[in-house]
Amino acid sequence: MYPNEVELQWSVLIVLYPFLTGLVAGAFILASLERVFRVEAVKPTYRLALLTALAFLIVAPLPLQLHLGHPERSYEMYLTPHGSSAMAMFGFVYLWYLLAVLVLEIWLDYRRDIVVMSQSTTGWKRLVYRALTLGSSNISDRSLQIDERAGWLITVIGIPSAFLLHGYVGFIFGSVKANPWWSSPLMPVVFLFSAMVSGIAIVMLLYMLMCWIRREAIDMRCVDAVAKYLFYTFIIDFSLEMLDLIHRIYEADESFRSLDFMVHTKLYLSQVVIQILLGTVVPIGLLALTQVLKLAERQRKQIYVLAGCLTMIGIFAMRWNVVIGGQLFSKSFLGYTTYKMGFVAREGLLTAIVLTILPFVILWMLVKLLPPWPDRHSVAISAAASAD
Amino acid sequence: MNITRRQLLILLPAAAIAWEHILAGTPEASPNYNMTGHWWGMLMDITKCIGCGSCARACQLENHVPDGYYRTWVERYHVTDWALEYPKVDSPEGGKNGFPAAVEAGGKNFFVPKMCNQCADSPCTQVCPVGATFVSPDGVVLVDQKYCLGCRYCVQACPYGCRFINPQTKTANKCTLCYHRITKGLTTACSEVCPTGTRQLADLKNPNDPIHEFLKTHSVQVLKPHLATRSKCFYYGLDGSVR
Amino acid sequence: MNKFKDAEHLFRLAAVFLIGAIAFLVLRSFLVPRSFGQYGHYRGKAFVEIAALPVSYAGHQVCEGCHTDVLDVKSKGVHKGVACESCHGPLAKHADDPASVQPVKLDTAKLCVRCHEANIAKPKNFPQVASEDHSGGAACNSCHQPHSPAMIAGGSQ
Repeated sequence: MYPNEVELQWSVLIVLYPFLTGLVAGAFILASLERVFRVEAVKPTYRLALLTALAFLIVAPLPLQLHLGHPERSYEMYLTPHGSSAMAMFGFVYLWYLLAVLVLEIWLDYRRDIVVMSQSTTGWKRLVYRALTLGSSNISDRSLQIDERAGWLITVIGIPSAFLLHGYVGFIFGSVKANPWWSSPLMPVVFLFSAMVSGIAIVMLLYMLMCWIRREAIDMRCVDAVAKYLFYTFIIDFSLEMLDLIHRIYEADESFRSLDFMVHTKLYLSQVVIQILLGTVVPIGLLALTQVLKLAERQRKQIYVLAGCLTMIGIFAMRWNVVIGGQLFSKSFLGYTTYKMGFVAREGLLTAIVLTILPFVILWMLVKLLPPWPDRHSVAISAAASAD
Repeated sequence: MNITRRQLLILLPAAAIAWEHILAGTPEASPNYNMTGHWWGMLMDITKCIGCGSCARACQLENHVPDGYYRTWVERYHVTDWALEYPKVDSPEGGKNGFPAAVEAGGKNFFVPKMCNQCADSPCTQVCPVGATFVSPDGVVLVDQKYCLGCRYCVQACPYGCRFINPQTKTANKCTLCYHRITKGLTTACSEVCPTGTRQLADLKNPNDPIHEFLKTHSVQVLKPHLATRSKCFYYGLDGSVR
Repeated sequence: MNKFKDAEHLFRLAAVFLIGAIAFLVLRSFLVPRSFGQYGHYRGKAFVEIAALPVSYAGHQVCEGCHTDVLDVKSKGVHKGVACESCHGPLAKHADDPASVQPVKLDTAKLCVRCHEANIAKPKNFPQVASEDHSGGAACNSCHQPHSPAMIAGGSQ
């Protein structure tokens, strides 16, 4: 090892960041399936997917801030972004996606409900809803039609924006020529597809969980459709990762011997066992079963839950293997180091756990504020009033 | 010391004036230093390196480098037979306190000092998100300690492992080619103390610079040429096994 | 006009965005450091700050300005290319104030082996000895004059 390489630079928080933004991008793509591609079946998950994306997007900058040596200087990325740096783009891509895409789309979709609730609720909630209406209480059919059109346009812009939001993270790694584990033109694409897989999986899991909490029947047509898209995306993701692997093994360049040894020893558990076997092959196999065989509803639900959970673990492991794995070997290809992860530390495991739980807390708050599913009593009224 | 008082009375003021003159050479205060008139580089003559570690020690003292981190270090290579791809390399504490006796006899053995390569096409400055690290007009890659966020992207991007994060300032840190010295007409601390002349500062814009002349007339190499960093740290006598 | 009334909320939203963008630009003009962009995408003042760092090694020319007698001896021996501070350590403080800042007396038994202890990786033509066999750990200057290290018959100086 070069003497300065012994200590790892990017910790578990930097593993968490692409995981979180991946969920954002993936959840949004699922939402856009309904909005732009008119896949009716997934409509029940539409609002939930948007709120999930927002909850994770709000938490996403936190691991980065905690990792910086000088978080109080992070505003410099907005003042003097360095044009040649992919990381400089973060501030603007994030802001664009948050404000011009996600918040806007949620606001447009919920505006009718926001106006209604600004008039029907009391206390501090009323103030919040009133603020959200921006002072306009127009929910005529024409205005809602305009909203519909605008929302469609935003989603169309939002899809490449979501690609950019997570693709640039892949580029941050893929463009580092100094690190052969990262340097690859495939990196942004692999990141993106694994993000889509994790995003679709988490919305599927959350939808099933929330139906169970609300004691509502799970719309199996919806979940079957979501699982189908998960399966297809997973196939593409797996193919890309295998392509990268096979290419590396075949070309066997200068770095190969060192990386190969690392995968067989230090990264064996996290890459071969967790990411590839448990996190990719098993879920694909399980989902394939549901596509090929005619299984009962109960069995399908169990498989979806199991496949979804394994997928989440597998995608997290993928981020871990890329970020941490890329720092375990020396750029001289002659040595290895270890990652000493603290527990109660600024960049420790506990912090990572808290930051993973935090989006769910925020999501819970968002769901209370902006319910994705109408109350049972007002279902009839909503059905009449909402444009389809 | 056998100086007479009379000699001292004459020498001391002369030396004091010389020293003041050197100290006054800040780039903007003194007309002596013009940034665009220089293009700094370094020559490492591997055939002369004895692995004494004076350079690493001097650098630490001159630049207040914290223990465990290195702006420059020395590696010892042991190459068996023709196996250029698999050398055995060690660098105990960066070579600061020399090297213990070798365990394996035979083979090719030599020392290689390493430092920031002061790349003209620097990958580390390319990735800085805010412009805290940059290539100066005189060819030195510097870090602005007041502007750096400590994001560590530059540390990842450096192919030579010469950057680190200073645990006290929490900003990126690396060899500055003793910028505070070379702008005053002094040489780098490592070149100053190197007893064998392995390390020598080069001004690649100065036609009279003897090192510049050496580079034009001898076979020299740079580390990792395939990464096209246009490194300005040139090695003479570098073995193919050096990573 | 009815059309605009129905899109009123979008205009309000656009206004919010516009105010935000203007606020950002105004704030930016206050916060970006003055010297930024002077020579490139960085703070020009950084040069001044870096160049103003204190110097610890004076450099052999400064030493030779006073210690001409040592220079006379050294320039005739094989140590002529070795800088003063290579052995004596950083002495800019001494150059600044020679009377009150005195260099530390060196222990040759420990100092000289740093370069001259035999090691397989050192160039073959470099003078090196296995100190145990050579002197049994005795101080090197009991036989060698450090500034010009030829053997001195009968002891130091």
